Amino acid sequence: MSLLSVENLRIELALRAGPAPVIDDLSFTLEAGRTLSFVGESGCGKSMTALAIMGLLPDVGRVAAGSITFDGADLTTLPDARLRQIRGNEISMIFQEPMTSLNPVYTVGEQIAEVLRRHRGMTGRDATARAVELLDAVRIPNARSRVTAYPHEMSGGQRQRVMIAMALACAPRLIIADEPTTALDVTVQAQIFELLRDLAHDTGTALILITHDMGAVAEMADDVVVMYAGRAAEAGPVEAILDDPRHPYTRGLIACVPHLTADPEAARGDLTEIPGIVPPLASLGASACLFASRCAHVHDRCHGARPPAFDCPAGQRAACWLEERA
Amino acid sequence: MTDRPDMAGAPPVEKPRSPAAEAFEMFRRNHAAVAGLVVLIAVIGIAAFGPLLYPEDPFMMVWTPFSPPGEQGYLFGTDYLGRDIMTLMIHGARVSITVGLAAALVTVTIGITVGALAGFFRGLVEEALMRLTEFFQVLPTLLFSMVIVALFGASLPMITLAIGLVSWPAVARITRAEFLRIRELEYVAAARAGGVRNGRLIFRVILPNAAPPIIVQAALMVGSAILFEAGLSFLGLTDPNVASWGQIIGANRPYILDASYTVTVPGIAIFVTVLAISLVGDGLNDALNPKLRAR
Repeated sequence: MSLLSVENLRIELALRAGPAPVIDDLSFTLEAGRTLSFVGESGCGKSMTALAIMGLLPDVGRVAAGSITFDGADLTTLPDARLRQIRGNEISMIFQEPMTSLNPVYTVGEQIAEVLRRHRGMTGRDATARAVELLDAVRIPNARSRVTAYPHEMSGGQRQRVMIAMALACAPRLIIADEPTTALDVTVQAQIFELLRDLAHDTGTALILITHDMGAVAEMADDVVVMYAGRAAEAGPVEAILDDPRHPYTRGLIACVPHLTADPEAARGDLTEIPGIVPPLASLGASACLFASRCAHVHDRCHGARPPAFDCPAGQRAACWLEERA
Repeated sequence: MTDRPDMAGAPPVEKPRSPAAEAFEMFRRNHAAVAGLVVLIAVIGIAAFGPLLYPEDPFMMVWTPFSPPGEQGYLFGTDYLGRDIMTLMIHGARVSITVGLAAALVTVTIGITVGALAGFFRGLVEEALMRLTEFFQVLPTLLFSMVIVALFGASLPMITLAIGLVSWPAVARITRAEFLRIRELEYVAAARAGGVRNGRLIFRVILPNAAPPIIVQAALMVGSAILFEAGLSFLGLTDPNVASWGQIIGANRPYILDASYTVTVPGIAIFVTVLAISLVGDGLNDALNPKLRAR
């Protein structure tokens, strides 16, 4: 049995014009200890998927159909009290903005210890001692003295390390990292990714990494789901998707990443962009390929029907009519 | 933002400072606020220990009426019934300060409860609570508290409650506004994602972050409660057996032209105390406002 399995998930946002499916018929599975990466532009439903797993959808959103099965239990139907036991304990989440995701009025040690007290029933001194160990594990120098520091006394990278320490505190089986490095310096980004990968590997924790950094995907992920407008455009093993992307959107995302080369004489591929913008919320749910308006290979069929996911030779599945084989 | 270059192995020697310590430092630099605090502590000291030095019944006649200040050793003179105004003032300080603090406490308790619930739960709860708040806000405050006191008797607890009942909407609105802002912040989402229950979210996560403007408002509320109590006593809506500053003014009002000192002394006391509280509140505002703290 998979650790996490999401089936035919549909999440609707209640808009003035009516419900808009920000997640439409999304399915994927995640095995224990593996890393799954969600990629796509802003507003594609990556974060919404994460919030749905945590049971923390905004007030206007709801799971309209489908199931999210974690360790045999459907998270969409569990009572709130049980969900609170799971959150921070069995599934924990790392947020995008380390600058604002720590509470400014408590020291980082208090905040880590609080998680341990809540879920592990540890008492004051034990919890603080464990907090120091955790800060050490996320490679914060002088963990013993930093445990009494307030968030504003730390740099962005250090705060994100604290967030990771909090996420790890209860040795969860799944960590969801929602763009954990977007707000950080490039050099720090690499460190944080390395840290996440090492810790997840050492503890056997499964990781869902939400990002739009294709480089990070190549480094970190075992499997990839490329999201576009709330639908999975392409999903499969990372090698298949990076080496032989089938969906035009995936190809576009990969072509957007500049490649560094030491030889200035070497032929360099043009850096491309994907023209156009993500379709507006109101047009989601249409029975058509939502990428059609931006696609270079668009044909009549794309406007007439939503492409199902077709199996591709390299092992992934792509939702594009061009992949249809007889 | 303290960005210290963390060399490998070089221990950071600077001791981390809590937000409270930083706020105190800011407050200390504001001379007007410190002066206000000194005056306020003096007034509270008089209220607490003064009656021990002047244990006589303040309503007792001690000398001829309308004796001017200084005569016969009565520093502030005597009033129309020959009572020592100094003793009245000292006993009155205790009442004025106590009513001020207690009314502010009532105000803050009701205001925070209503504002926090409205701001946190939104939806129907918010609608209901905010309509209730608006209802109390549009009541003419003095009239409403006069009605309460007239109906339920002019005892000090009832006066305190009346002041609290007419003053809480301001605190409720500030609290709600802060909760509306803070509940959307990422550390609240992070706390939810960590499995924190609602009660804890309200009181341990959001409220401490919403506290600064509420503290400032509460401090100013003490001042306005003292004024309010003085106003009610001036109108005679007070416990006739307890001296308070407003009551002294109210009782001596007919003789304002012949013996002006009888109303001047308590008037100045109220003015100085409320001014001191305002200065302290202002200093707290500067000290607790993160936008002014950045230098």
